[in-house]
Amino acid sequence: MNATSSRSPLSPRELVDEYFIENRTKLLEIAAFLDRLDRADPSYAARDFRMKAFAEALAGLSQSSGRVDYIQQLLSDPREVPLDALDRKSALGAYDRWSGEARR
Amino acid sequence: MKYIDHHAHMVSRTTDDYQQMSLSGCVAVTEPAFWAGWDRSHADGFEDYFRQLTDFEPKRAAQYHIQHYAWMAMNPKEADDRVLSKEVLKRIPNFLDRPTVLGIGEIGLNRVTRNEIETYTEHIELALAHKQLILIHTPHLEDKLKGTKISVDVLRSFPTLEPARVLVDHAEEHTLQMILDHGYWAGLTLYPQTKVSAQRAADIIERFGPDRICIAGACDWGPSDSMAVPRFIMELRRRKHPEALIHRLVFENPVEFLSQSARFRIRPERQETPTLAR
Repeated sequence: MNATSSRSPLSPRELVDEYFIENRTKLLEIAAFLDRLDRADPSYAARDFRMKAFAEALAGLSQSSGRVDYIQQLLSDPREVPLDALDRKSALGAYDRWSGEARR
Repeated sequence: MKYIDHHAHMVSRTTDDYQQMSLSGCVAVTEPAFWAGWDRSHADGFEDYFRQLTDFEPKRAAQYHIQHYAWMAMNPKEADDRVLSKEVLKRIPNFLDRPTVLGIGEIGLNRVTRNEIETYTEHIELALAHKQLILIHTPHLEDKLKGTKISVDVLRSFPTLEPARVLVDHAEEHTLQMILDHGYWAGLTLYPQTKVSAQRAADIIERFGPDRICIAGACDWGPSDSMAVPRFIMELRRRKHPEALIHRLVFENPVEFLSQSARFRIRPERQETPTLAR
C-alpha cells in the first residue's frame, strides 16, 4: 500500500483561516525558545546535539514538501542494530550523530 | 459519537476521567499492561497489578457504563531485566482465561536492547501458544524508527502468526507505512508531546486513509489526556470530514480488530462507507 494523495476537505484559504493563528503562536514559541537559549549562552546550541538537529530541522521547513517525513528521519536513530546493554530508560528526542562531542 | 479507546492506562487515572470519557461517548477501553514509572522489584508486584487490571478496573469502569478490557504483559520499559521477565512471563498464563483479557500487550521494545528483543520474542511465543491477540508498543522519539523496523522483523520471523491479529501501536508518519505494508493493524496514539497530536493524526488519515488504523489516547500517569479521542473527533469535524469516516476510525475499526477475541462484546454498527476528499 502506498500513501494516498488525499487532502483535507477544506480549501487552501479555509486551511489558512483555520490554522494560521495557532501556527503563528507555535512559530513565536520556537523563536522565543531560541532567544532564551541565546540569552543563557549564545554558544551553547552549537555544542548540544539536540539543538544541532533542531537547527537542521528548522532549515528543513523551507522544503517545498515532505517536511514532516524529512524531520522524522532527521531526528531518528538511523542504525538498525540493537544496543548490547540498556544505557538509560528514556529517549532524548534526537539521535546524536555528533557523538564524541560532549553535551556540556 | 460512540468511541472505543483501545489504549488507556486507567489504573493511573481518577474516576473523574471515567466519568468524562463516558460523557463524551466512550463505550469501551482496553488497557495494556504498563510500566508504573518505577521498576517493580518482584514478580509478585506484577501479579497484583494484573489482578487490578482484571478484577478492579472492570468494576470501576462499569460504574460509568464503560466496558473495560485488559492486555497482559511485562511492559518494554522493564523488559530488559531478563531474570524478572522470565518470572513474570511464567505467571501471565494464569490470567489469560480471565473474562476481560483480550491478549498479550503491550509488548515490544523501549531502548531496543538485545535483552528487550528476547523478552519481546518470548511474549510473542506465549501469545501464539495461547492463541491471543497481540498489542505492540513501539519506542519513542529517536528510537521509534529503528525499534519499529526490528519489532516488525521479529514478528515476521513467526510464519504462523497472522498479521491481522497484531496491532502495532504508537505509529507515526515515518513508521505507519511499514506496519500496514506487512498486514498489521496500526495505532495512532494522541499525546501532548512525545507521540502525535490530533492535528497530525488527522493529517496521517488524510495521507494514508482509514484502513486498519485505530486511534487512542494512551492516557497514563504522565502528561496525557483522557479526552484525546474526542479531541481527534473534533479535529476531523473541524476539517469537515464525514461523520461516517470518523465513526469508522473511532468505533468500527477498533471493533473489527478487537472482535477477533471472543471476549470482546461490542458489535459493529456500520455506517455508509466513508470517502476522503481527493
